[in-house]
Amino acid sequence: MINKIVTSMKEAVADLKDGASIMISGFGDAGSPHELIEAVIEHGATDLTIISNNAGAGENGIAALIKANRVRKVICSFPRQAASHHFDARYRAGEIELELVPQGNLAARIQAAGAGLGAIFTPTGYGTLLAEGKETREIDGRNYVLEYPIHADFALIKALSGDRWGNLVYRKVARNFGPIMAMAAKTTIVQVSEVVELGTLDPECIVTPGIFVNRLVRTAPQRAAIAA
Amino acid sequence: MQRLNREAMAARVAKDIPEGAYVNLGIGLPTMVANFLPKEKDVFLQSENGLLGMGPAPADEDVDWDLINAGKQPVTLLAGGAYFHHGDSFAMMRGGHIDICVLGAFQVSVRGDLANWHTGAPDAIPAVGGAMDLAIGAKQVFVMMDLLTKTGESKLVETCTYPLTGLACVSRVYTDLAVFEVGPNGARVIEMVEGLTLDGLRELTKVPLEAA
Repeated sequence: MINKIVTSMKEAVADLKDGASIMISGFGDAGSPHELIEAVIEHGATDLTIISNNAGAGENGIAALIKANRVRKVICSFPRQAASHHFDARYRAGEIELELVPQGNLAARIQAAGAGLGAIFTPTGYGTLLAEGKETREIDGRNYVLEYPIHADFALIKALSGDRWGNLVYRKVARNFGPIMAMAAKTTIVQVSEVVELGTLDPECIVTPGIFVNRLVRTAPQRAAIAA
Repeated sequence: MQRLNREAMAARVAKDIPEGAYVNLGIGLPTMVANFLPKEKDVFLQSENGLLGMGPAPADEDVDWDLINAGKQPVTLLAGGAYFHHGDSFAMMRGGHIDICVLGAFQVSVRGDLANWHTGAPDAIPAVGGAMDLAIGAKQVFVMMDLLTKTGESKLVETCTYPLTGLACVSRVYTDLAVFEVGPNGARVIEMVEGLTLDGLRELTKVPLEAA
Protein backbone atom coordinates (compact mmCIF):
# COMPACT_ATOMS: atom_id res chain seq x y z
CA MET A 1 0.00 0.00 0.00
CA ILE A 2 1.34 3.36 -0.98
CA ASN A 3 0.84 6.09 1.55
CA LYS A 4 2.57 9.41 0.80
CA ILE A 5 1.26 11.01 3.97
CA VAL A 6 3.86 11.71 6.61
CA THR A 7 2.93 12.57 10.16
CA SER A 8 5.04 15.64 10.86
CA MET A 9 6.45 18.73 9.17
CA LYS A 10 9.87 17.67 10.46
CA GLU A 11 9.67 14.32 8.71
CA ALA A 12 8.38 15.98 5.53
CA VAL A 13 11.57 18.03 5.07
CA ALA A 14 14.05 15.62 6.68
CA ASP A 15 16.07 15.01 3.49
CA LEU A 16 16.78 18.66 2.68
CA LYS A 17 20.43 19.41 2.05
CA ASP A 18 22.57 22.53 2.24
CA GLY A 19 22.77 24.17 -1.18
CA ALA A 20 19.40 22.79 -2.32
CA SER A 21 17.18 24.63 -4.78
CA ILE A 22 13.62 24.93 -3.51
CA MET A 23 10.48 26.08 -5.30
CA ILE A 24 7.94 27.65 -2.95
CA SER A 25 4.34 28.14 -4.05
CA GLY A 26 2.40 31.31 -3.29
CA PHE A 27 1.56 34.75 -4.56
CA GLY A 28 2.13 36.92 -1.56
CA ASP A 29 0.74 34.94 1.37
CA ALA A 30 -1.96 33.18 -0.69
CA GLY A 31 -0.72 29.64 -1.23
CA SER A 32 2.52 30.10 0.71
CA PRO A 33 3.35 26.93 2.72
CA HIS A 34 4.32 28.79 5.89
CA GLU A 35 4.36 25.67 8.10
CA LEU A 36 6.71 23.79 5.75
CA ILE A 37 8.98 26.83 5.57
CA GLU A 38 9.05 26.91 9.39
CA ALA A 39 10.14 23.27 9.26
CA VAL A 40 12.95 24.16 6.84
CA ILE A 41 14.18 26.80 9.28
CA GLU A 42 14.13 24.26 12.13
CA HIS A 43 15.87 21.69 9.91
CA GLY A 44 18.81 24.06 9.52
CA ALA A 45 19.55 23.65 5.78
CA THR A 46 21.34 26.69 4.45
CA ASP A 47 22.87 28.16 1.27
CA LEU A 48 19.49 27.63 -0.39
CA THR A 49 18.26 28.87 -3.75
CA ILE A 50 14.60 29.89 -3.52
CA ILE A 51 12.38 29.97 -6.60
CA SER A 52 9.11 31.79 -5.92
CA ASN A 53 7.06 34.70 -7.19
CA ASN A 54 8.04 36.99 -4.31
CA ALA A 55 10.91 37.24 -1.87
CA GLY A 56 8.79 37.29 1.28
CA ALA A 57 7.08 40.06 3.18
CA GLY A 58 6.54 40.64 6.88
CA GLU A 59 8.06 38.13 9.27
CA ASN A 60 6.75 34.76 8.07
CA GLY A 61 7.30 32.40 5.16
CA ILE A 62 10.18 33.23 2.82
CA ALA A 63 10.87 36.40 4.81
CA ALA A 64 11.59 34.27 7.88
CA LEU A 65 13.91 32.03 5.86
CA ILE A 66 15.84 35.08 4.64
CA LYS A 67 15.89 36.57 8.14
CA ALA A 68 17.41 33.29 9.39
CA ASN A 69 20.17 33.75 6.79
CA ARG A 70 19.50 30.50 4.92
CA VAL A 71 19.09 31.90 1.43
CA ARG A 72 21.95 32.43 -1.03
CA LYS A 73 19.90 33.25 -4.11
CA VAL A 74 16.33 34.15 -5.00
CA ILE A 75 14.80 33.59 -8.44
CA CYS A 76 11.56 35.57 -8.55
CA SER A 77 9.51 38.17 -10.42
CA PHE A 78 8.59 40.64 -7.70
CA PRO A 79 10.95 40.87 -4.72
CA ARG A 80 10.11 44.44 -3.74
CA GLN A 81 6.96 44.82 -1.65
CA ALA A 82 5.72 47.08 1.09
CA ALA A 83 7.07 44.79 3.81
CA SER A 84 9.93 42.99 2.07
CA HIS A 85 12.45 44.49 4.49
CA HIS A 86 14.34 41.26 5.19
CA PHE A 87 15.02 40.68 1.50
CA ASP A 88 15.74 44.36 0.87
CA ALA A 89 18.35 44.55 3.65
CA ARG A 90 20.25 41.44 2.54
CA TYR A 91 20.07 42.43 -1.11
CA ARG A 92 21.42 45.90 -0.44
CA ALA A 93 24.18 44.39 1.70
CA GLY A 94 25.14 42.16 -1.24
CA GLU A 95 24.41 39.04 0.82
CA ILE A 96 21.76 37.60 -1.48
CA GLU A 97 21.80 37.08 -5.22
CA LEU A 98 18.71 37.98 -7.25
CA GLU A 99 17.69 36.56 -10.62
CA LEU A 100 14.74 38.67 -11.71
CA VAL A 101 12.42 36.86 -14.12
CA PRO A 102 9.21 38.22 -15.66
CA GLN A 103 6.34 36.39 -14.00
CA GLY A 104 5.12 34.64 -17.14
CA ASN A 105 8.64 33.53 -18.03
CA LEU A 106 9.02 32.22 -14.49
CA ALA A 107 5.85 30.16 -14.96
CA ALA A 108 6.84 29.02 -18.46
CA ARG A 109 10.36 28.02 -17.40
CA ILE A 110 8.97 26.05 -14.46
CA GLN A 111 6.47 24.39 -16.81
CA ALA A 112 9.26 23.61 -19.28
CA ALA A 113 11.16 21.82 -16.52
CA GLY A 114 8.09 19.83 -15.52
CA ALA A 115 7.31 18.93 -19.12
CA GLY A 116 10.85 17.86 -19.99
CA LEU A 117 11.53 20.58 -22.54
CA GLY A 118 15.12 21.64 -23.24
CA ALA A 119 14.30 25.35 -23.56
CA ILE A 120 11.58 27.71 -24.72
CA PHE A 121 11.37 30.73 -27.00
CA THR A 122 9.31 33.41 -25.28
CA PRO A 123 8.31 36.85 -26.59
CA THR A 124 8.28 38.29 -23.07
CA GLY A 125 11.25 40.49 -22.29
CA TYR A 126 12.52 40.79 -25.86
CA GLY A 127 14.47 44.03 -26.27
CA THR A 128 14.64 44.68 -22.51
CA LEU A 129 17.36 44.57 -19.85
CA LEU A 130 16.09 41.18 -18.71
CA ALA A 131 16.94 39.63 -22.09
CA GLU A 132 20.40 41.17 -22.41
CA GLY A 133 23.00 38.71 -23.63
CA LYS A 134 20.39 36.04 -24.32
CA GLU A 135 19.95 34.27 -27.65
CA THR A 136 17.01 35.57 -29.70
CA ARG A 137 15.22 34.32 -32.78
CA GLU A 138 12.65 35.66 -35.18
CA ILE A 139 9.88 33.14 -35.79
CA ASP A 140 7.05 33.99 -38.19
CA GLY A 141 7.88 37.69 -37.95
CA ARG A 142 7.91 37.86 -34.17
CA ASN A 143 10.94 38.14 -31.90
CA TYR A 144 11.59 35.63 -29.14
CA VAL A 145 14.15 35.12 -26.37
CA LEU A 146 15.65 31.73 -25.58
CA GLU A 147 15.03 30.82 -21.94
CA TYR A 148 15.99 27.64 -20.11
CA PRO A 149 13.89 25.53 -17.78
CA ILE A 150 14.04 26.09 -14.03
CA HIS A 151 14.42 22.80 -12.17
CA ALA A 152 14.51 22.38 -8.43
CA ASP A 153 15.56 19.76 -5.91
CA PHE A 154 12.43 20.36 -3.87
CA ALA A 155 9.04 22.03 -4.22
CA LEU A 156 7.15 23.12 -1.10
CA ILE A 157 3.48 23.58 -1.87
CA LYS A 158 0.29 24.47 -0.07
CA ALA A 159 -2.93 22.79 -1.17
CA LEU A 160 -6.36 22.42 0.36
CA SER A 161 -6.99 18.67 0.26
CA GLY A 162 -5.03 15.60 -0.66
CA ASP A 163 -5.23 11.82 -0.44
CA ARG A 164 -2.61 9.17 0.27
CA TRP A 165 -1.74 8.85 -3.43
CA GLY A 166 -0.91 12.56 -3.53
CA ASN A 167 -3.86 13.83 -5.56
CA LEU A 168 -4.50 17.47 -4.77
CA VAL A 169 -7.08 20.22 -4.97
CA TYR A 170 -6.31 23.82 -4.08
CA ARG A 171 -8.29 26.72 -2.63
CA LYS A 172 -9.18 29.76 -4.76
CA VAL A 173 -6.15 31.79 -5.93
CA ALA A 174 -3.91 29.99 -3.42
CA ARG A 175 -3.50 27.57 -6.36
CA ASN A 176 -1.18 29.97 -8.28
CA PHE A 177 2.25 28.30 -8.75
CA GLY A 178 1.40 25.06 -6.89
CA PRO A 179 0.39 22.81 -9.81
CA ILE A 180 3.33 23.80 -12.04
CA MET A 181 5.96 23.69 -9.29
CA ALA A 182 4.74 20.23 -8.24
CA MET A 183 5.74 19.04 -11.72
CA ALA A 184 9.18 20.67 -11.83
CA ALA A 185 10.94 19.46 -8.68
CA LYS A 186 12.74 16.19 -7.98
CA THR A 187 10.88 15.94 -4.67
CA THR A 188 7.52 17.63 -4.15
CA ILE A 189 6.34 18.12 -0.60
CA VAL A 190 2.81 19.37 0.03
CA GLN A 191 1.07 20.71 3.10
CA VAL A 192 -2.69 20.25 3.05
CA SER A 193 -5.44 21.43 5.37
CA GLU A 194 -7.20 18.10 5.12
CA VAL A 195 -6.43 14.54 4.18
CA VAL A 196 -9.24 12.66 2.51
CA GLU A 197 -9.85 9.00 1.69
CA LEU A 198 -8.93 7.72 -1.77
CA GLY A 199 -11.87 8.25 -4.10
CA THR A 200 -13.19 11.27 -2.23
CA LEU A 201 -11.66 13.83 -4.60
CA ASP A 202 -13.68 14.02 -7.80
CA PRO A 203 -11.37 12.65 -10.53
CA GLU A 204 -12.82 15.26 -12.92
CA CYS A 205 -11.66 18.01 -10.58
CA ILE A 206 -8.27 16.82 -9.31
CA VAL A 207 -5.86 19.64 -10.16
CA THR A 208 -2.56 17.92 -9.40
CA PRO A 209 -2.54 14.15 -10.00
CA GLY A 210 -0.52 12.21 -7.43
CA ILE A 211 2.27 11.33 -9.89
CA PHE A 212 3.70 14.81 -9.25
CA VAL A 213 3.64 14.52 -5.45
CA ASN A 214 6.11 12.68 -3.24
CA ARG A 215 4.96 13.60 0.25
CA LEU A 216 1.98 15.20 1.99
CA VAL A 217 1.63 16.48 5.49
CA ARG A 218 -1.46 17.85 7.17
CA THR A 219 -1.40 21.25 8.87
CA ALA A 220 -4.72 22.00 10.53
CA PRO A 221 -6.33 19.48 12.88
CA GLN A 222 -8.52 17.12 10.88
CA ARG A 223 -12.13 18.22 10.93
CA ALA A 224 -14.82 15.64 11.49
CA ALA A 225 -16.42 14.59 8.22
CA ILE A 226 -19.41 16.76 7.48
CA ALA A 227 -22.49 14.81 6.60
CA ALA A 228 -24.05 15.98 3.35
CA MET B 1 -7.63 74.19 -18.85
CA GLN B 2 -9.25 71.58 -16.62
CA ARG B 3 -7.15 68.48 -15.95
CA LEU B 4 -9.00 65.21 -15.52
CA ASN B 5 -8.77 63.82 -12.02
CA ARG B 6 -8.09 60.12 -11.45
CA GLU B 7 -11.76 59.17 -11.41
CA ALA B 8 -12.40 60.99 -14.67
CA MET B 9 -9.38 59.30 -16.26
CA ALA B 10 -10.61 55.90 -15.11
CA ALA B 11 -14.09 56.64 -16.43
CA ARG B 12 -12.60 57.71 -19.78
CA VAL B 13 -10.67 54.43 -20.14
CA ALA B 14 -13.77 52.45 -19.13
CA LYS B 15 -15.70 54.07 -21.98
CA ASP B 16 -13.37 52.36 -24.50
CA ILE B 17 -13.81 48.86 -23.07
CA PRO B 18 -16.56 47.02 -24.95
CA GLU B 19 -18.89 44.39 -23.55
CA GLY B 20 -17.42 40.90 -23.80
CA ALA B 21 -13.81 42.06 -23.54
CA TYR B 22 -11.31 40.05 -21.51
CA VAL B 23 -9.41 42.70 -19.58
CA ASN B 24 -6.46 42.84 -17.22
CA LEU B 25 -6.14 45.96 -15.08
CA GLY B 26 -2.66 46.69 -13.76
CA ILE B 27 -1.79 47.50 -10.17
CA GLY B 28 -2.47 51.04 -8.93
CA LEU B 29 -4.36 53.63 -10.96
CA PRO B 30 -5.63 51.14 -13.62
CA THR B 31 -7.43 49.15 -10.90
CA MET B 32 -9.83 52.10 -10.59
CA VAL B 33 -11.17 51.49 -14.11
CA ALA B 34 -13.22 48.59 -12.70
CA ASN B 35 -15.35 51.07 -10.75
CA PHE B 36 -16.53 52.69 -13.98
CA LEU B 37 -17.43 49.65 -16.07
CA PRO B 38 -21.21 49.61 -16.57
CA LYS B 39 -22.75 47.01 -14.28
CA GLU B 40 -25.26 45.83 -16.87
CA LYS B 41 -22.52 44.80 -19.31
CA ASP B 42 -20.39 41.66 -19.02
CA VAL B 43 -16.70 42.57 -19.03
CA PHE B 44 -14.37 39.78 -17.92
CA LEU B 45 -11.65 40.95 -15.54
CA GLN B 46 -8.59 38.72 -15.35
CA SER B 47 -6.11 38.81 -12.49
CA GLU B 48 -2.62 37.42 -13.11
CA ASN B 49 -2.65 35.40 -9.90
CA GLY B 50 -5.27 33.06 -11.30
CA LEU B 51 -8.79 34.33 -11.61
CA LEU B 52 -11.19 35.35 -14.31
CA GLY B 53 -14.47 37.02 -13.51
CA MET B 54 -13.09 39.18 -10.74
CA GLY B 55 -15.65 41.14 -8.77
CA PRO B 56 -15.42 44.16 -6.46
CA ALA B 57 -13.85 44.31 -3.01
CA PRO B 58 -15.77 42.31 -0.38
CA ALA B 59 -17.39 43.63 2.78
CA ASP B 60 -14.96 43.48 5.71
CA GLU B 61 -16.59 40.37 7.16
CA ASP B 62 -16.29 38.53 3.83
CA VAL B 63 -12.55 39.08 3.29
CA ASP B 64 -10.83 35.85 2.25
CA TRP B 65 -7.02 36.03 1.93
CA ASP B 66 -7.12 33.17 -0.58
CA LEU B 67 -9.09 35.48 -2.87
CA ILE B 68 -6.91 38.48 -3.71
CA ASN B 69 -5.96 40.45 -6.81
CA ALA B 70 -2.53 41.11 -8.30
CA GLY B 71 -2.11 44.02 -5.88
CA LYS B 72 -2.74 41.52 -3.04
CA GLN B 73 -6.00 43.25 -2.05
CA PRO B 74 -9.10 41.16 -1.22
CA VAL B 75 -11.57 40.78 -4.09
CA THR B 76 -14.59 38.63 -4.93
CA LEU B 77 -15.42 36.19 -7.70
CA LEU B 78 -18.50 36.75 -9.84
CA ALA B 79 -20.89 33.92 -10.64
CA GLY B 80 -19.29 32.25 -13.65
CA GLY B 81 -15.78 33.13 -12.51
CA ALA B 82 -12.93 30.63 -12.56
CA TYR B 83 -9.62 29.88 -10.85
CA PHE B 84 -6.53 28.57 -12.66
CA HIS B 85 -2.81 28.15 -12.12
CA HIS B 86 -0.04 30.54 -13.16
CA GLY B 87 0.85 28.66 -16.32
CA ASP B 88 -2.66 29.13 -17.67
CA SER B 89 -2.88 32.70 -16.40
CA PHE B 90 0.18 33.79 -18.35
CA ALA B 91 -0.84 31.73 -21.38
CA MET B 92 -3.94 33.94 -21.41
CA MET B 93 -1.64 36.95 -21.78
CA ARG B 94 1.20 35.63 -23.91
CA GLY B 95 -1.17 33.63 -26.09
CA GLY B 96 -3.11 36.73 -27.11
CA HIS B 97 -6.34 35.81 -25.31
CA ILE B 98 -6.56 39.03 -23.29
CA ASP B 99 -8.21 41.74 -25.37
CA ILE B 100 -7.13 44.78 -23.39
CA CYS B 101 -4.75 45.46 -20.57
CA VAL B 102 -4.49 48.79 -18.81
CA LEU B 103 -1.12 49.66 -17.32
CA GLY B 104 0.54 52.56 -15.60
CA ALA B 105 3.81 53.91 -17.02
CA PHE B 106 6.89 56.00 -16.34
CA GLN B 107 7.23 56.72 -20.06
CA VAL B 108 5.63 55.79 -23.36
CA SER B 109 7.25 56.57 -26.71
CA VAL B 110 5.30 57.89 -29.67
CA ARG B 111 5.90 54.49 -31.34
CA GLY B 112 4.38 52.63 -28.42
CA ASP B 113 7.46 51.51 -26.49
CA LEU B 114 6.62 51.15 -22.81
CA ALA B 115 8.75 51.79 -19.71
CA ASN B 116 6.97 50.97 -16.48
CA TRP B 117 8.98 48.56 -14.36
CA HIS B 118 12.27 50.14 -13.37
CA THR B 119 13.57 53.67 -13.02
CA GLY B 120 17.08 52.44 -13.69
CA ALA B 121 18.28 54.08 -10.47
CA PRO B 122 21.34 52.13 -9.27
CA ASP B 123 20.02 51.74 -5.71
CA ALA B 124 16.52 50.61 -6.78
CA ILE B 125 15.57 47.00 -6.14
CA PRO B 126 14.12 45.90 -9.48
CA ALA B 127 10.76 44.12 -9.59
CA VAL B 128 8.94 43.27 -12.80
CA GLY B 129 6.02 41.00 -11.92
CA GLY B 130 3.73 40.42 -14.89
CA ALA B 131 4.30 43.76 -16.61
CA MET B 132 6.44 42.44 -19.48
CA ASP B 133 4.06 39.55 -20.19
CA LEU B 134 1.05 41.84 -20.26
CA ALA B 135 2.81 44.41 -22.41
CA ILE B 136 3.63 42.01 -25.22
CA GLY B 137 0.70 39.64 -24.79
CA ALA B 138 -2.54 41.62 -24.66
CA LYS B 139 -4.12 42.45 -28.03
CA GLN B 140 -4.34 46.10 -27.02
CA VAL B 141 -2.30 47.83 -24.33
CA PHE B 142 -3.77 51.00 -22.88
CA VAL B 143 -1.58 53.17 -20.70
CA MET B 144 -3.08 55.39 -18.05
CA MET B 145 -0.86 58.08 -16.57
CA ASP B 146 -0.44 61.79 -15.88
CA LEU B 147 0.98 63.39 -19.01
CA LEU B 148 3.65 65.33 -17.12
CA THR B 149 5.94 64.42 -14.26
CA LYS B 150 5.84 66.48 -11.08
CA THR B 151 8.65 68.57 -12.53
CA GLY B 152 6.76 69.18 -15.78
CA GLU B 153 8.53 66.75 -18.12
CA SER B 154 6.41 64.88 -20.62
CA LYS B 155 5.99 61.15 -20.02
CA LEU B 156 5.01 60.78 -23.66
CA VAL B 157 8.45 60.87 -25.30
CA GLU B 158 10.20 60.32 -28.61
CA THR B 159 12.45 57.68 -27.10
CA CYS B 160 12.15 56.16 -23.64
CA THR B 161 15.10 56.84 -21.36
CA TYR B 162 13.95 54.45 -18.63
CA PRO B 163 14.52 50.69 -19.11
CA LEU B 164 11.89 49.23 -21.44
CA THR B 165 9.09 46.86 -20.50
CA GLY B 166 8.16 46.09 -24.10
CA LEU B 167 8.79 47.36 -27.62
CA ALA B 168 6.04 48.86 -29.77
CA CYS B 169 3.31 47.39 -27.58
CA VAL B 170 1.14 50.35 -26.49
CA SER B 171 -1.79 51.42 -28.65
CA ARG B 172 -3.43 54.14 -26.58
CA VAL B 173 -2.35 56.55 -23.86
CA TYR B 174 -4.97 58.06 -21.54
CA THR B 175 -3.72 61.05 -19.59
CA ASP B 176 -5.10 63.87 -17.48
CA LEU B 177 -4.74 66.28 -20.43
CA ALA B 178 -5.32 64.26 -23.59
CA VAL B 179 -5.88 60.85 -25.12
CA PHE B 180 -3.32 59.67 -27.68
CA GLU B 181 -3.03 56.89 -30.20
CA VAL B 182 0.60 55.73 -30.54
CA GLY B 183 2.24 53.31 -32.94
CA PRO B 184 4.34 52.93 -36.09
CA ASN B 185 3.01 56.22 -37.46
CA GLY B 186 3.79 58.20 -34.34
CA ALA B 187 1.41 59.88 -31.91
CA ARG B 188 -2.03 61.22 -32.82
CA VAL B 189 -4.25 63.19 -30.50
CA ILE B 190 -7.71 61.68 -30.14
CA GLU B 191 -9.02 64.26 -27.69
CA MET B 192 -7.89 67.01 -25.36
CA VAL B 193 -9.32 68.65 -22.27
CA GLU B 194 -11.19 71.88 -22.83
CA GLY B 195 -8.98 74.92 -23.24
CA LEU B 196 -5.98 72.97 -24.56
CA THR B 197 -4.89 73.31 -28.19
CA LEU B 198 -2.80 70.99 -30.35
CA ASP B 199 0.00 73.56 -30.34
CA GLY B 200 -0.28 73.89 -26.57
CA LEU B 201 0.00 70.11 -26.27
CA ARG B 202 3.02 70.06 -28.60
CA GLU B 203 4.67 72.63 -26.38
CA LEU B 204 4.02 70.58 -23.23
CA THR B 205 5.15 67.25 -24.67
CA LYS B 206 7.86 68.42 -27.11
CA VAL B 207 7.03 65.46 -29.35
CA PRO B 208 5.58 65.47 -32.87
CA LEU B 209 1.80 65.22 -32.63
CA GLU B 210 -0.88 64.98 -35.31
CA ALA B 211 -4.61 65.40 -34.88
CA ALA B 212 -6.52 62.15 -35.21
